[in-house]
Amino acid sequence: MQKDIGYSRPVQRFNIGRALAWGLLIVLIFISVFPIYVALKTALSDRREIFAHAADLLPTGFTLYNFERALGIISADQARADGAGAASINMLLALRNSALFVALCVFGQILFSSMAAYAFARLRFPGRNFLFIMILSAMMIPGIVLFIPNFILVKELGWLNTFQGMVAPYILMTPFAVFFLRQFFLSIPLELEEAARLDGASPILIFFKIVLPLSKGPISTLGILTSINLWNEFFWPYLVNSDENLRVLPVALQVFRSQQPSGPPDWTGIMSGTFLSIVPVFLLLLFLGRQVVESLQFSGSK
Amino acid sequence: MGLANYQTMINDPAFWNALKTTVLYVLYNIPFQTVLGLFLAVAMDRLSKSMFVRGALILPYLLSNVIAAMIWVWMLDPLLGMVNAFLAIFGIPHISFLGTTENALGSVALINIWRHMGLTALLFYAGLQGIPKNVYEAATIDGSSEWTTFWKITLPLLRPVTVFVMVTSIVGSFQIFDTVAVATQGGPVDATRVLVFYIYDNAFRFFKMGYATALSMTLFAILIFFSIVQLRLFRADQSDLS
Repeated sequence: MQKDIGYSRPVQRFNIGRALAWGLLIVLIFISVFPIYVALKTALSDRREIFAHAADLLPTGFTLYNFERALGIISADQARADGAGAASINMLLALRNSALFVALCVFGQILFSSMAAYAFARLRFPGRNFLFIMILSAMMIPGIVLFIPNFILVKELGWLNTFQGMVAPYILMTPFAVFFLRQFFLSIPLELEEAARLDGASPILIFFKIVLPLSKGPISTLGILTSINLWNEFFWPYLVNSDENLRVLPVALQVFRSQQPSGPPDWTGIMSGTFLSIVPVFLLLLFLGRQVVESLQFSGSK
Repeated sequence: MGLANYQTMINDPAFWNALKTTVLYVLYNIPFQTVLGLFLAVAMDRLSKSMFVRGALILPYLLSNVIAAMIWVWMLDPLLGMVNAFLAIFGIPHISFLGTTENALGSVALINIWRHMGLTALLFYAGLQGIPKNVYEAATIDGSSEWTTFWKITLPLLRPVTVFVMVTSIVGSFQIFDTVAVATQGGPVDATRVLVFYIYDNAFRFFKMGYATALSMTLFAILIFFSIVQLRLFRADQSDLS
């Protein structure tokens, strides 16, 4: 039977190598996913039961108490009275801050980077190539080198512990975004823009009415990559902001953990916060899975 | 003057310790991450192109470093952690993964291998899609085994992608900070005080901005050096296809 399939598909017969490869693949998929299940299991467990049943595969003393506490349905005072731990966490606030932080930065980055990219792709102005090379070389500079000067600048501006201080380094542009979009803009046929220009359209109108609508694909790729990176950003928001009302998710979780008084950490509380911050990622993967995977793949093919 | 900070650095044993720790961390991290990523990429390519497999493998990368560290600190807990419970089945006594100087750095590397394995795989996988199918057909007709095909065809043709993945992951690995900040805070006894953590200490805890800048410029120089050496070593610009 299999011979009829044709030569383009290698004959798939059982052999030990393939079986081993399948086995290893399944083990690695399990290792990737299982810790996330453990977080959920712990979050659904009763904190008093956990010490006796830590290794159980199902939640022990199933309860939604931890989630209610992390979401603020049960107040911090109430939790303290219940003996659930002295540290408080407000996931909804952190979630809102994270969403706002990501939305603002992604919007700004894409708007300004695409405008810069278009200028580099189509407009002629003195110093264009020099400026573009400067931007390309800025791609080589690792984040840590920029944190200190950025921190000093934000501090001098009096923006420590403010939202604008948190978004400042991200909202304007990134060299990668400019480079990425310029390459795409260069591939758009010139004729389209020429026709519009003959009709008297200005470069700004051409950019917004013709070029941007044609660039939905690359822009959404860029948007997904940037959102994932910013959603996970920890160092900078941690550095410039100690106002608890402005904390983004990763920072809020870290603070929650380090607030723990001595004694065993409040694992059920920590894991409920952890799992809640995974939920948006799940949703992203569920609804935009293919695009996410393809965007990440793209980041590798330059 | 400006160079005084570099003078201090050369005579600072804590700097040398941080550098050694970072290099050790990179050595723990990169080989495992790259080999596992490469295996997964080939497995996805040859065994299952399902989106579910790719989605499951990429899930850890979509979590922030902080969350990954948080989950693993719990998994690796010396008394209550899942990993020790699992090892106990085989009669292995409880291990303090993050609490001893011998284990801490390796455990931090483990957390990051877990988070980056899927991304590395995805990048290699994208590279595999660029290898023309007829090369494989020719190999199959010649009776080449899967194993030989991998070593003689896939790996050499994948070289530009391998260079890209290695350069970006080494550059990223040298900058490890978040996981350390959550899991160990540089301890126990400096065992995980990597370079970026030491820079952070100097800049934002001791407020020695000048010294911290000197350290970060040194890190920058190391990264540039690595990128150039790797690109040279692997002849990144030439593929064996051309």
